[in-house]
Amino acid sequence: MENKGRYGEFGGFYVPEVLIPALEQIEHAFYKFKDDPQFVAELDNLYKNYAGRPTPLYFARRFSEHVGFNVYVKREDLLHGGAHKVNNTLGQALLAKYMGKTKIIAETGAGQHGLATAMTGALFGLETKIFMGVVDIERQSVNVHKMKLCGAEVISVQGGTGTLKDAINDALRYWTSHVDDTVYIFGSVCGPHPYPTIVKHFQTPIGVEARAQSLEILGKLPDVITACVGGGSNSIGLFSAFVDDKDVRIVGVEPGGRGLATREHAATLVAGKVGVFHGAKSYLLQDEEGQVYETESISAGLDYPAVGPEHCMLKDSGRVEYVAVGDEDVLDAFELFTKTEGIIPALESTHALAYLVSQKGKLPAETNVIINLSGRGDKDVGIVEKNRPVE
Amino acid sequence: MATYKETFAKLDRAALIPFFVIGDPDYATSLEIVKTAIDAGADVLELGIAFSDPIADGVTIQKADIRALKAGMTVKQALQFIKEVTDYKPVPIGLLIYYNLVYQYGHDKFFADFKAAGGSSVLVADLSIDDADEIAGPAANAGLETVFMVTPNTADDRAKLIAEKTTGFIYTVSLLGITGARETLSKKVGPLVAKLKSMTDVPVCVGFGISTPEHAKEVAAAGADGVIIGSKVVKMIEDNLGDTEKIKSEVHSFISSVRAVL
Repeated sequence: MENKGRYGEFGGFYVPEVLIPALEQIEHAFYKFKDDPQFVAELDNLYKNYAGRPTPLYFARRFSEHVGFNVYVKREDLLHGGAHKVNNTLGQALLAKYMGKTKIIAETGAGQHGLATAMTGALFGLETKIFMGVVDIERQSVNVHKMKLCGAEVISVQGGTGTLKDAINDALRYWTSHVDDTVYIFGSVCGPHPYPTIVKHFQTPIGVEARAQSLEILGKLPDVITACVGGGSNSIGLFSAFVDDKDVRIVGVEPGGRGLATREHAATLVAGKVGVFHGAKSYLLQDEEGQVYETESISAGLDYPAVGPEHCMLKDSGRVEYVAVGDEDVLDAFELFTKTEGIIPALESTHALAYLVSQKGKLPAETNVIINLSGRGDKDVGIVEKNRPVE
Repeated sequence: MATYKETFAKLDRAALIPFFVIGDPDYATSLEIVKTAIDAGADVLELGIAFSDPIADGVTIQKADIRALKAGMTVKQALQFIKEVTDYKPVPIGLLIYYNLVYQYGHDKFFADFKAAGGSSVLVADLSIDDADEIAGPAANAGLETVFMVTPNTADDRAKLIAEKTTGFIYTVSLLGITGARETLSKKVGPLVAKLKSMTDVPVCVGFGISTPEHAKEVAAAGADGVIIGSKVVKMIEDNLGDTEKIKSEVHSFISSVRAVL
């Protein structure tokens, strides 16, 4: 490897030897092409004309009136595919094409990364396999169907609890025996180096745009920025542009599930302990001996026991505050945001909205907040209906 | 406990090294199975501590890990298990473990306790040679040898580095991918073993996919110092759950038949 992939003590590449040559290949290609003028031009064109970048920064007037401060929404939900995931899959699939690979694989939880990978697989004519937990397949059946329509094969993963971590286990296993022609398109800023670095790179447009839009609309930087944190890719995408702006407060919101007092949550940074999992050192939800917990969240996309190494570093340095909100507060915020703005937010992103609702009366009225609405909630309507039937 | 170099030097043939997950399907049955393997002619044992997310292993070993964990297996009990095995017969025991378990136990304490239980070497499945220094010191201090893997796609300069840093034996993978019993072995094994033997004088053992006495013979003829057999024997446990005597008789007869051709 050309780089150790460390964020402070976190990150690295803790993988079986058989994966090292594959990771080296991807790392090498990334450093070779990321600033290559042709690669950059091709990706920019796809961002603009295929995905729909730049996304707007929208002032949510009625929601703002409700919470009592100014909320600006970064509309990643408007991207093709309905989430920020396409930023990353376009980048990594283009990289696969530049590497001369013909097959791609990916894991998925909510199905958003799987769908984004399937879309780009179709776009580039790459044979695509998506690994998905059997429980997630059931709770995200619409996305499963969309992936199949794009020509991807969806592989049902039975192991463990049938969620995201099991999908990653199987995708890694598959990759170890197909490294010659296959590229693993990882969906978040976790896993072994170089993935945290690569995925962050392709998600940085979120923050770069939001910062410029804030300067244009407000004439200044926001006071607070916030985003949900599962593996942590949409949040790193937003946060990275503001980390050096010392006056901007940054808040990452984790899934509190059924409460931190139970084990049924996935609030890794708030409640985890440092460990090594899926190729990286990070905070981790685990028992005393180091067996990894099966997590729980109403949003499949946040249902993961580890978190990106850069978030771990940002937590330890104190630069970013990490908080958790529970499923019920998320459902309340989902209803409120939909009713006040006519925008159905993804349950993942709704965690950050729920945090803002919790700040009602705590933040001064002149406070300007940017929240990253990382995805739209069409995929979640069934889950919400099950939990909160509409009269 | 003798070093691997001494142990292997005493044999005028390839060593037979079966692999089991400690506590599969439960502590007592697992202990009987492992003792049976020793009685049938195992020269060295490779034992794994069950982990919730064994990414380096195929489905057979993964299921064994789940069985052991469901039966309540813990790292502390696994160390007790190793002590019971070495009390039964002082065979060298190589441990296969995932890094997070060592990390949470504490490096120095883990290696010291494993050594005290009678262990010989440690292979951390998800720790590559690049981070070998995280365990090399504590392992050496405890008097343990280290085992690292080389695969058919490992570059030569990397293989050389692995050969230099390995103190126990090199675990060579006979094919790309994860553990699992297979029909045929890769033709790359012979040249790979020869290459590694030219780089180091620690023993070179071959594993992954060896499921018949013929495979074992082939690997031994290719110059391997040891033959590691995992998924094939672990599958015998899976296929006969609840019938300990049948598991023991299948394991005994398979290991004897492999031993007979080495």
